[in-house]
Amino acid sequence: MSARDRILAKLRATSIPAPPLPDVAAWYDSRRRHESVPERVARLRASLQAAHAELHDTTHAEWPALLRSIAAAKGLRKLLIGTDSPHVEVLEHALDSPLPAHFKPGPQQGLQVVRYEASVDAWRDELFEGIDAGLTHARSAIAQTGTLVLWPDAREPRLLSLVPPVHFVLLDAATIHDDLHAAMVAENWKAGLPANTLLISGPSKTADIQQTLAYGAHGPKELIVLLRHAASGAA
Amino acid sequence: MSKAISIQPAADFERRSRAAVNDPAQQKNFRGAMDFLQGKRRAQFSDAAELAGLRDLGEAIRRFSLAHLPRLLEQLESRCCANGIHVHWAETAAAANAIVLDIARSAQARRMVKGKSMVTEEIGLNHAMQAAGIDVLESDMGEYIVQLAGESPSHIIMPAIHKTRQQIAALFAEKIPGVAYTDNVDALIQIGRRVLRRKFAEADVGISGVNFAVAETGTLCLVENEGNGRMCTTVPRVHIAITGIEKVVERVEHLAPLLSLLTRSATGQDISTYVNLISRPRQPGEKDGPHEVHLILVDNGRSQAYADAQLRATLQCIRCGACMNHCPVYARIGGHAYGTTYPGPIGAIISPHLLGLESTYPLAFASTLCGACSEVCPVRIPIPELLVRLRNEAMARPGSAQASLRGSGAARSPMLRALWAGWSVVYSRLGVYRLSSWLMSRGRALSPVEQGAWTRCRTPLTPAPRRLRDLLKERRS
Repeated sequence: MSARDRILAKLRATSIPAPPLPDVAAWYDSRRRHESVPERVARLRASLQAAHAELHDTTHAEWPALLRSIAAAKGLRKLLIGTDSPHVEVLEHALDSPLPAHFKPGPQQGLQVVRYEASVDAWRDELFEGIDAGLTHARSAIAQTGTLVLWPDAREPRLLSLVPPVHFVLLDAATIHDDLHAAMVAENWKAGLPANTLLISGPSKTADIQQTLAYGAHGPKELIVLLRHAASGAA
Repeated sequence: MSKAISIQPAADFERRSRAAVNDPAQQKNFRGAMDFLQGKRRAQFSDAAELAGLRDLGEAIRRFSLAHLPRLLEQLESRCCANGIHVHWAETAAAANAIVLDIARSAQARRMVKGKSMVTEEIGLNHAMQAAGIDVLESDMGEYIVQLAGESPSHIIMPAIHKTRQQIAALFAEKIPGVAYTDNVDALIQIGRRVLRRKFAEADVGISGVNFAVAETGTLCLVENEGNGRMCTTVPRVHIAITGIEKVVERVEHLAPLLSLLTRSATGQDISTYVNLISRPRQPGEKDGPHEVHLILVDNGRSQAYADAQLRATLQCIRCGACMNHCPVYARIGGHAYGTTYPGPIGAIISPHLLGLESTYPLAFASTLCGACSEVCPVRIPIPELLVRLRNEAMARPGSAQASLRGSGAARSPMLRALWAGWSVVYSRLGVYRLSSWLMSRGRALSPVEQGAWTRCRTPLTPAPRRLRDLLKERRS
């Protein structure tokens, strides 16, 4: 008999009257606020800012320029991006043109984009030491807790949102859910999850030294959300 | 480092407790930390109706999961295997360590990094790996500090809660080459970040715990704030997750209320900075993530609690630490006094199953039964009732119906037995009772002035000059 069989046999020796399956959906339905997009944006913004993240309103047309101006203001030189995503092409295209006049140029001009093309095994040291910021998109977000939902994949690897000291996230306002349960149901998580699913609710932090909050423990020190509103413009 | 697996906590519990309450610096550290954590939790649960509903739901999910535990473990195993995660089963701590060592050897691993995991503390993983020549580095800031100091965690959520920043500053200056003394918290964290960053990049194996395992999707759920857990589960070639068999839930949606209860009860956060859901190793075409993911399901005494209808509630625990944060005993003696991996109220009720009652029964007696722990428990474990039950087990006659656990009856002593036998004679025979109470009131002058622990801070107990029955007789006449 294997350890597995012995453990299961021990557990099976006890028969337990089965309680009913808890109705999780009913609880969330009864408490859900059914908010409009602007209301969800407001809650997401409040929670993320409380968690020390930055949130900037922008549009599909303007976000590359916004990103460049933030990067310039913060003195970021090397931005790590994924591959084969629409926003990656948009960004690379935009880098070739001058920054629009209404964005203030910062002290650090000329953002260099690095594509996450090779397996991490081939360039670990450079990834850990030589990159200033990473850019990913968020699949969706959760208003209640100020949470970004990321499903990393071959195009946007897992470490893109973890190793660089600054993490830029592209988020579309229309994808914000009320709460975690709503996100799970709307995106049918029970049908199967990708290799890695991430919920991110702020920059990396710790309070392990005398309950004093410090940011940038092991992951990004800064989380910067570029919130893209629908064509009518930024809220 | 030998402190981390002291398996005989009973022997020194009283001595350690006394040392702790006589250490004003430690008293201040713990009091401050407890007040901080209590305040953070309270701020999260301002809506009493919401809290009550959420606790109902959390308790119901945990009870449902335990009722279906064997089926859910099999489902978890088959989903994980289908996803490419290797599943192992370990009945004991030694078996779990042997499995880790096997995996490490076939991966030719020399260096491991570990995210915060109480189960690996429970099984003494670091010692087992060191004995085999493999370095294990703790990467959670608190755990790193504790490891650097050669100590063990004093709290399950905040491992270095017993240390001040000045102590940590001195420790870093002494132990990390090239580091000058600074007690600036940001600077200290950045030092830790720099040191550990290299280690993540160099490690062959990453070790983690599991907060919840989801059976329907074969998913491991980990919560954390620092990002070290993500590093450990993403950067090294091999990821080994180690968990107790009780951590499984059936559905993804069960995570929603449990995560909310966990992080709000533990640290007063809406949600932790990272919730990391791992369902597969690195897929073809992916550029990072571990090539191998292993899950080790550890029993180590949990099935003993499972077999008992009352004690099974112990396994509902989601390891938030709220019970210890609100325990008047824990706040005064601190985590190390318990001598067990899990301190505080949860430690008192889970440790007897992991280590045997013979070495852990004093923990069940170190409680005022005030009930603060069960009042804050997010999954409504009736901790005081379980403590009373463990006290009865510790006093039960071996072989009797009341003795059902490993180590039951361990608290029995010839003197106590004689004392209670005498008490039973006196209180069950009216004549003997009357005679003895008369003798007591006459001989009150002979009462000892020194009455052991009682007179250390109280006046001695002396029988009344006249018995109650004499006073009543006088009133009636």
